[in-house]
Amino acid sequence: MSSLSELEPEIVPTDVAERRVRGRSPLQLAWARFRDDKVALTFLVILVLIVVFAVLAPLWASWTDHPYSATFPKTGLDVNGQPVGPSKDFWLGADQLGRDVLVRAAYGARISLLVGIAAAAVASIVGVLVGTLAGYVGGWTDGFLARVMDITLALPYLLIAITLAVTFQVQSVAGSLTMTIAVIAFFSFAATGRIIRGQVMSIKQKEFIEAARSLGAGRGRIMIVDVLPNLVAQITVLASLLIPTSIVFESTLSFLGVGVRPPMPSWGAMLGEGSEVFQTAWWLLVVPAVLLLLTTLSFNLLGDAIRDAMDPRADRQSGGK
Amino acid sequence: MTRTGGNDVLVSAEGVFKHFPIRQGIVFKKEIARVHAVDGVDLTVRRGETLGIVGESGCGKSTLARCLAALHPVTRGRITFEGTDVTRMSSAGLKAFRRDVQMIFQDPYGSLNPRRRVGSIIGDPFAIHGLADGAERKSRVQELMELVGLNPEHYNRFPAEFSGGQRQRIGIARALALKPKLIICDEPVSALDVSIQAQVINLLKDLQNELGLTYVFIAHDLSVVRYVSDRVAVMYLGRVVENAAEAELYGGPRHPYAAALLSAASIADPDEAERAERIVLTGDVPSPIDPPSGCRFHPRCPKAQDRCVTDDPELVVREGDPADHLTACHFPVERGEHLAREHAGIAQVSTEPDLPEATP
Repeated sequence: MSSLSELEPEIVPTDVAERRVRGRSPLQLAWARFRDDKVALTFLVILVLIVVFAVLAPLWASWTDHPYSATFPKTGLDVNGQPVGPSKDFWLGADQLGRDVLVRAAYGARISLLVGIAAAAVASIVGVLVGTLAGYVGGWTDGFLARVMDITLALPYLLIAITLAVTFQVQSVAGSLTMTIAVIAFFSFAATGRIIRGQVMSIKQKEFIEAARSLGAGRGRIMIVDVLPNLVAQITVLASLLIPTSIVFESTLSFLGVGVRPPMPSWGAMLGEGSEVFQTAWWLLVVPAVLLLLTTLSFNLLGDAIRDAMDPRADRQSGGK
Repeated sequence: MTRTGGNDVLVSAEGVFKHFPIRQGIVFKKEIARVHAVDGVDLTVRRGETLGIVGESGCGKSTLARCLAALHPVTRGRITFEGTDVTRMSSAGLKAFRRDVQMIFQDPYGSLNPRRRVGSIIGDPFAIHGLADGAERKSRVQELMELVGLNPEHYNRFPAEFSGGQRQRIGIARALALKPKLIICDEPVSALDVSIQAQVINLLKDLQNELGLTYVFIAHDLSVVRYVSDRVAVMYLGRVVENAAEAELYGGPRHPYAAALLSAASIADPDEAERAERIVLTGDVPSPIDPPSGCRFHPRCPKAQDRCVTDDPELVVREGDPADHLTACHFPVERGEHLAREHAGIAQVSTEPDLPEATP
């Protein structure tokens, strides 16, 4: 490609300008638009800081010498047995058992991000698969899959999640993590699946699908080669918006005591424990709540920014570039 | 394009019906009506010729094209390609058939996947049929791009970076990739500017001469069809009403609808246009959900009689016509007969203001 164009030195002046435009894929164009979005970039930085905070959790534990599950009745609780507030030893205070809130919040961030991203990924993959099959194959397949999604959306998810947790009594941290991710993914895939199904049904009517059929392409090839690339923008946006809802979902489950097992900290569980004593120890609520808010807000704003960057129509609404 | 293709029939359609059911209900979808998109079409396409299909919007031209390309299963009837019945083909037979029959689509924007690079779009046929890989595929794609007048260097561009005419060339290159025998062109130029239309049509004609292609050329622009076609079939409400050699049809249409359609075509020469008769049909095209009885055209036909309401005319050779001029009409238009009720002409009153002569 480039070697061929170098053979034409006589058209260099226009070609240079042209070459900058040429070959920019839709994703590259989207990234160029995203870079201009100051709000999105700010929240991207905040998100990166939260991720760093989570990744470095063991570091905070070793610096403060406060492992996340260790209790410090002497230093963490005052003479009346009340948790101490933010201080030199406990930067963000201690909880009722005298555990370090900073360290627990960092480990909780790991859980929230892990569960949020994993559940969103599983839900997106399943949703895209189901939605694409339903939308493209149509007929009975569509009738069955669409009804399954409708039923999933109609189920009372909290009741079922609590029932599952009580029935299976998962004790290990890993087991409860897997279970939480599975429950969240099960209750989230249908929303994605329905949107993808609608999109696939509209793409299916496009002439390039007919063109592919007339070339002899099979269903599978058309779905992968022709349909899916046209869904990249939607899938990215839906997945990035699924992450915050999954994080909130996980917090809800843990708050109710049916999510991730203690002593593994999670923001939801911290909120649940802190709500009992928040009148005397405000930091127990404020720290996880602010982290939860910042994380979900960042993901939501990033999702919106990605949609704006990827959707050419959004470009038109904002009046040009 | 007066070529003698011989009598070697490449494609023939016999009594082809394509009805689209209209369903209602959520779970148990009940058929409440059907659209008679194609309703009993017979036609043949000979090797090396171009068959033009004309008709108004909604007369079933595009549906017929998709039936011929085996993209829609037919409701009833037979379509044979080189003697084998397309409608009852195995999937392996169908894949071989797809190599021989290609389509060029109307919408140069909708027919190319916007998320794929041009090289990969044109290379698709090679990938699907496992014919060429890697560097070989690229060189063959670039040959095709050159053949249709595209710059092979634009291999890595996206469709959005091309104009409508260039995109249509991409579609043509993709259709040519497998060296097909038949290309079905579904209004290939109607979405293009007039100046670009001529380029694309000439490209199609050149390719036909070079590669010995057979075309089924669908359009609603009568002058375009006249220019490219050896034979022309006129469609009305899912039926072929007249099928004749280009010169025959344009010289003296026998079916009143064909005559009306031709009289509506614009004529470039104003003096000629002044003399030309214009047959103005009354009423709208009836709904294909509930087509009229007998001859489909009788509610709008200036020559309709009682028999037209009850008897469905067959598509046969009418008196005084050559053997390949078929008309579906009980009372065909005779030479010198005038169906017109008014003259077209340009009855325009000058709108220029009457200014007094300037006095020096």
